[in-house]
Amino acid sequence: MSIDWQAFRLTIELALIVSAILFAAGLPLAYWITFSRWRWKFLVEALVALPIVLPPTVLGFYLLVALGSRSPVGVWWQSLTGHTLAFSFTGLVIGSILYSMPFAVQPFAASFASVDRKLLAASATLGASPLRTFFRVVMPLSLPGLVTGVALAFAHTMGEFGVVLMIGGNIPGATRTVSISIYDQVEASNYAGANAMALLLLAFCFAVLAVVYGLHRRTPKQKSWPIGLTE
Amino acid sequence: MPTTAASKSANAVLRAAIRKRFASAEHEFSLDVEFSAGPGFTILFGPSGAGKTTVLDCVAGLATPDAGRISIGKRILFEAKTLDEKPSVKVSVSQRKVGYVLQDLALFPHLTAEQNTEYGLAHLPRTARKQRVTAMLYEFRVDHLCRQLPAKISGGERQRVALARALVTDPCLLLLDEPLSALDAGTKARIMDDLRGWNRVHRIPILYVTHSRDEVMALGEHVLVLDRGRIIAQGTPHQVLRAPVQETVAQLAGFENIFDATVESVHQDRGTMMCRAIARAPAGGEGSSVLLETPLIRAEPGSQLRVGIRAGDILLAIANPTGLSARNIIPGRLISLERRDLMISARVDCGVEMEVHLTLAAREALQLEASPELKLWLVIKTHSCHLMQK
Repeated sequence: MSIDWQAFRLTIELALIVSAILFAAGLPLAYWITFSRWRWKFLVEALVALPIVLPPTVLGFYLLVALGSRSPVGVWWQSLTGHTLAFSFTGLVIGSILYSMPFAVQPFAASFASVDRKLLAASATLGASPLRTFFRVVMPLSLPGLVTGVALAFAHTMGEFGVVLMIGGNIPGATRTVSISIYDQVEASNYAGANAMALLLLAFCFAVLAVVYGLHRRTPKQKSWPIGLTE
Repeated sequence: MPTTAASKSANAVLRAAIRKRFASAEHEFSLDVEFSAGPGFTILFGPSGAGKTTVLDCVAGLATPDAGRISIGKRILFEAKTLDEKPSVKVSVSQRKVGYVLQDLALFPHLTAEQNTEYGLAHLPRTARKQRVTAMLYEFRVDHLCRQLPAKISGGERQRVALARALVTDPCLLLLDEPLSALDAGTKARIMDDLRGWNRVHRIPILYVTHSRDEVMALGEHVLVLDRGRIIAQGTPHQVLRAPVQETVAQLAGFENIFDATVESVHQDRGTMMCRAIARAPAGGEGSSVLLETPLIRAEPGSQLRVGIRAGDILLAIANPTGLSARNIIPGRLISLERRDLMISARVDCGVEMEVHLTLAAREALQLEASPELKLWLVIKTHSCHLMQK
């Protein structure tokens, strides 16, 4: 058996970092999407949802252009660190964050929206600031949605291919993820190795999704993504 | 300590002038009220959709008036002089120190009774917080439930926790939005007793919203009657509900009999007038009417009025009575006799259809049976005929 364990370690590391950053950054973004009354909010919502429908190659291509050695960001990064952002692990993290963002932000926003507004009103009349209300009321009552968002972002990053291929390339230990490795093995006609890794990835993603849906089964009242989307 | 905080806000008066418009595709609603509420209960009474909750929301800061001024004692919570200008003062909800028990209580479902009560005391050190919470839960008789989640306790107990949670913060004003509507009378009375007990010490204004006439009578020190965004009457429950001036109040105040009436003649010398009450329901026979002697008000013959008579204010006689001071002795025929709990409701046709309430004892004394076409006499005092603007 030729399972590329290095690729697995790298992919899990990538998925962990990405889902942690998406948790931290997704909370305020989802909060803003849920509670803002800005009239152009829908444009931001559409932008966040874009990766769901866009071919990963399109996203990857523009990221490559934006992060490449000729772009201002790429030049700045190179002057700072001495190497390019494209074809590096950091570039992969940035790409994955954008690519997996809707999978975290949408469940977050859906569960925030399902919190009874009267509880927020009650919290305010009891002297609580919006921040305290968020941590003491909104977040605890959105817990299933938060777990869903993080788990989906994690699983989605585990399985991505197109974006990684475009901006990461195929550098062992730096940007070669499981999906790229499987592709390599198939290219090299090593079907047994491809099968072993594919099966492992499949089992892993299934386990993550099973946890997510199992969580929703226990709280049937809370309707949130992904259940809401498939209805 | 609670006592110092209470003495600071004691006897503060809420003064509110609120103007707010809502316009949606289907209907337009405008609220325009001005009132004050001193320490003790002020009841905000009116049918649903009258704007009662909006008034509370504006006072709490959850809704923003278009214009007006809201103050408690010397503290101004909101001020906007004109509709176009931005408010010159707008204290945020969390800074208002206004206790608000929302209609469905809004207890935090994931926190225990104790944690719910503690919620508004984050600024205090832990020991002081625990002390205050324990004392407050004890005062409202729910200290034994402190580790229970709201879903696990009864409606009355939830109500008590919600009150404790709002009052533990020492608010300078308490808003209650139909807090007891789902409770039985006994539970209601016991909770109100405890709330009154608390307020005997703290003396803050309590603005209490209800659409139940019984609650107005039971609680009221001062009543504001709200209808379609306007305060149409105010005073003690007795003043407001016994001598209504407008028909909306009358219907709320439980006039079982309301008729359109025309003034036929005015008798300044006797202090009365004669009014012809006209049957309203078309089924009651076209053009049938009855002449009533009513109190004198400023009206010309031919003026259109409404007259309201409570079913419980009408006497029933089985023979033509004589030697009575009552000016209206009207013959009629029994239509139906219906028992309701401990009372009998009789419907009598005397030109107009009149509902009369009797006790079971009275029915027995008269040996009244539901025989149709039974001849009866209705006796109505002049002052039992309440005249209203149309």
